Amino acid sequence: MKQVIIIGNGIAGITAARHIRKKSDYHITIVSSETKYFFSRTALMYVFMGHIKFEHTQPYENWFWKKNRIDLIQAHVQKVEIASKTLILDNNSSISYDDLIIATGSKPNKFGWPGQDLKGVMGMYSKQDLDEITHYAKDCKRAVIVGGGLIGIEMAEMFASKNIPVTFLVRETSFWNKVLPAQESEMINKHIKEHHIDLLLDTNLIEILSDEYGRAKAVVTDKGETIPCNLVGLTAGVSPNVSFLKDSGIQLDKGVLVNRYLETNIPNIYAIGDCAQQQSAIGERRPIEAVWYTGRMMGETVARTICGTPTKYNPGHWFNSAKFFDIEYQTYGWITAEPKENEARFYWEHTDSKKCLHFNFDKNSKRFIGINTLGIRLRHQLFDKWLTEEKSIEYVLEHLKDANFDPEFYKQYENEIVAKFNIENGTSLKAKKKSWKRIFQTS
Amino acid sequence: MKAIKNVGYLLTFLGFAFFIGSVFTGTHKVTTATYESWIQSKNIKSEYFINHTQKAIVDKEISTWELSHIILNQAKASNQYQKSQTKTDWNKIIHLKWNKTSKDFIYPLARASVIGWYSNNISLWFFMTFGLAIIGGLMVFIPDYKLLGPAGIKNNGIFQHSATNRGIIGFITAFFFMAFYVLLYFFPNYIINPILSVNGISHFLSGNDASQWFLYGVMYCSVMTVFAVRMFIKYRHNSYQLLRTTVVLFFQIAFGFLIPEILVAFNKPWFDFKNAWPLNYTFFFDYNINNLINSGHLGIFMLVWGIALTAIIVPIMVYFYGKRWYCSWVCGCGGLAETLGDPYRQLSDKSLLSWKIERWLIHGVLVFATSMTALTLYVYFAHIESWKVIAFGISAYDVQTWYGFFIGSIFSGVIGTGFYPIMGNRVWCRFGCPLAAYLGFVQRFKSKFRITTNGGQCISCGNCSTYCEQGIDVRAYAQKGQNIVRSSCVGCGICSAVCPRGVLKLENGSNTDASRTQVNDILLGNDMDLLNMTKKNS
Repeated sequence: MKQVIIIGNGIAGITAARHIRKKSDYHITIVSSETKYFFSRTALMYVFMGHIKFEHTQPYENWFWKKNRIDLIQAHVQKVEIASKTLILDNNSSISYDDLIIATGSKPNKFGWPGQDLKGVMGMYSKQDLDEITHYAKDCKRAVIVGGGLIGIEMAEMFASKNIPVTFLVRETSFWNKVLPAQESEMINKHIKEHHIDLLLDTNLIEILSDEYGRAKAVVTDKGETIPCNLVGLTAGVSPNVSFLKDSGIQLDKGVLVNRYLETNIPNIYAIGDCAQQQSAIGERRPIEAVWYTGRMMGETVARTICGTPTKYNPGHWFNSAKFFDIEYQTYGWITAEPKENEARFYWEHTDSKKCLHFNFDKNSKRFIGINTLGIRLRHQLFDKWLTEEKSIEYVLEHLKDANFDPEFYKQYENEIVAKFNIENGTSLKAKKKSWKRIFQTS
Repeated sequence: MKAIKNVGYLLTFLGFAFFIGSVFTGTHKVTTATYESWIQSKNIKSEYFINHTQKAIVDKEISTWELSHIILNQAKASNQYQKSQTKTDWNKIIHLKWNKTSKDFIYPLARASVIGWYSNNISLWFFMTFGLAIIGGLMVFIPDYKLLGPAGIKNNGIFQHSATNRGIIGFITAFFFMAFYVLLYFFPNYIINPILSVNGISHFLSGNDASQWFLYGVMYCSVMTVFAVRMFIKYRHNSYQLLRTTVVLFFQIAFGFLIPEILVAFNKPWFDFKNAWPLNYTFFFDYNINNLINSGHLGIFMLVWGIALTAIIVPIMVYFYGKRWYCSWVCGCGGLAETLGDPYRQLSDKSLLSWKIERWLIHGVLVFATSMTALTLYVYFAHIESWKVIAFGISAYDVQTWYGFFIGSIFSGVIGTGFYPIMGNRVWCRFGCPLAAYLGFVQRFKSKFRITTNGGQCISCGNCSTYCEQGIDVRAYAQKGQNIVRSSCVGCGICSAVCPRGVLKLENGSNTDASRTQVNDILLGNDMDLLNMTKKNS
């Protein structure tokens, strides 16, 4: 029987295992040193905040793995020997594979800052990081977070929930403005400050100072400021966790290089999830996508290939979501921070500064390209369909009520939004009544 | 703000301390008239009992405990005496049973003979208990408006606090809840002073003395109101929660409390128009049917309404809106669970095992309720006295009594509410309520209701499952991209509220068939070439 070994028990590896089990009788083994059972990394912040317990982050009960004949080995892979198709583990044992899936995820970036390895300085990625943060947060007088991305703002929310004062160092001139257009970015700036976070924009970390016990006691910024603190969160992005493969013969760049079938240069070795790097980017997507759902999709895809149906990894229209403190964010299609040459934008913001929609469309053809939404939920399935069918911005606005996904009885703003568009563009569109028939129409 | 909150805690505890303390300080003075009318109403024939009790209690100031003990002990002694006679006179035997004697036998005398400070200071006493607890409760919750920061989901520290994570405070709370229900259902003779605190309101509403059920009604409405204020603050950004909480509170206060009391004031039967059989298991009991039939046009209307509610209104409404319209918008049990119980919702068990247990238990109770009612109606229409043995030495009355004791009192009250801080706020609704089981069938098999999953946005964080009071593993569906249609879902909407990615939406779609829960082979976003794949597979 074929032996499939998966390194890493994150969403990519686990999805692959589950789908291989659905389609085959292969012997499946998952190796991970982080935890025995799969958990949802995205939920670690909620464990810290006391919204849930660690066990709630585990989507499958502990009996699930034995019942589905998925073996779990809690160990760290030291080395992959491709000639003998063997893995060397840190407990000095070795196991051999027929097919190997590398799904080792990411690790937090550290850019060689002085003091970056002090006690009380950590990223926010693994279960071990969470344990460490929990430990150092107990006597924390002030926390400094370095890096203005999604993990940074989550970390800020974590500490704020414990009434720990937070200073948030962001290199850019506005929060996440490499991704978000100026309006959305500014809205989040305001919201961060509303939560009493000390937001320092356009500020870089120079050095972390140590106390006599080797624990962080302050950070120094490029503005010459020294900020006393005894906890430092480093959240300047993540990069593939692949250093253990350095001399294995598997081709690496930043991540493990794979083709569209998620195959590496070595037969029978595949890489999926955060650690995989596409040889050439797919569409406008980046070659490395450290996103929850792409890990899951790669897992689904590689399972088909391994089970005898070679399948290309073919992610559909870009979508994503996040939550910035109390403001939910969703995006469908593409809307970059700066409009491209052929693009026109339409922006609507509610007077409460907590809700907005930002549409991106083609200047000439009026084709709808993408949307950002803050504070209003939208229906993924409809936007996916509209993008596929290359609907026009007018069509999208006229049918916007179909796409509203806010809970019932929420105030709806489609008429107001369409009215604003009409004024700006000299059109006379009307938002159509919501239609179940259209929503359920599959093609 | 913090200070206001702390003072609020203090006032609440004080209110409860007075309330609980009064249980131990009841005094009674039984007058000859009270005593004689009691002997008569209880149809007591034993001279032994009368001789021994009259001397000991009439015109004496004694505590509730003494009074209860004297009556109970003398009743036992009297029975022993009667049985020791060469020929036992069964008319003189006093029927004793632990769960009935106190409430049916001792309570009426104790209630009629209560004296002391409490009965002379009704208004002050109301203020010292309900007044302090309500004011204190509001002072605890209202500062959250500022303390919790901007509106949003703020479940901070819930699993790190003893009260909401099965800590010592949780267990103490559970003990008090259970103790209260045990006293309320089985030993109301010990809570006469608490009952006196609402005597004034009862006189105002219906003109009658307050009973233990009236006390329960006032407590129920007060607790729901204070905790509804908590909900209004906690979910002030969420219109669904605001509206739902308002409506469920309205139905409890108007239909569960005021209207029945006003009906009584006009000499009409006490009737809760929203309480549907089989949750309202006494609806078809002979005394209720007779009572309604003998209450004129209104009584007949109530009878027809009650039947129509169960047979027509409930299933039609579930078809259109799911069972949520009843369970979390109208029902009294649901109302308490959604207000007082909200801080405990995360404690429901989500394991597959608990789902199995749930299905056996709740459907078992439905079968029990249905067969008990069938038997009741059979003896009613066959004109058989309900105490007459039908088969296996069992009468219809026996079956009714068992149901009332095990399901009506122990399961729905003592366990159903008592276990809030241990097993979550829907223990009764999830494991026991026969009406919920009935509505569940309709919801599962023929309804427009579902919780729609938003394509591929789920990140499997588990907030939805954790905060599902019914123990549904919502995430298991959401991460597959499958809509959630579960018979147990009461549509409280909290899964949707706590979702950080906007994945869940409760809605009544246009389709009612299997397409409600269709799972796609591939999750949205992964554009595999399906046509090509089918070719290769075949």
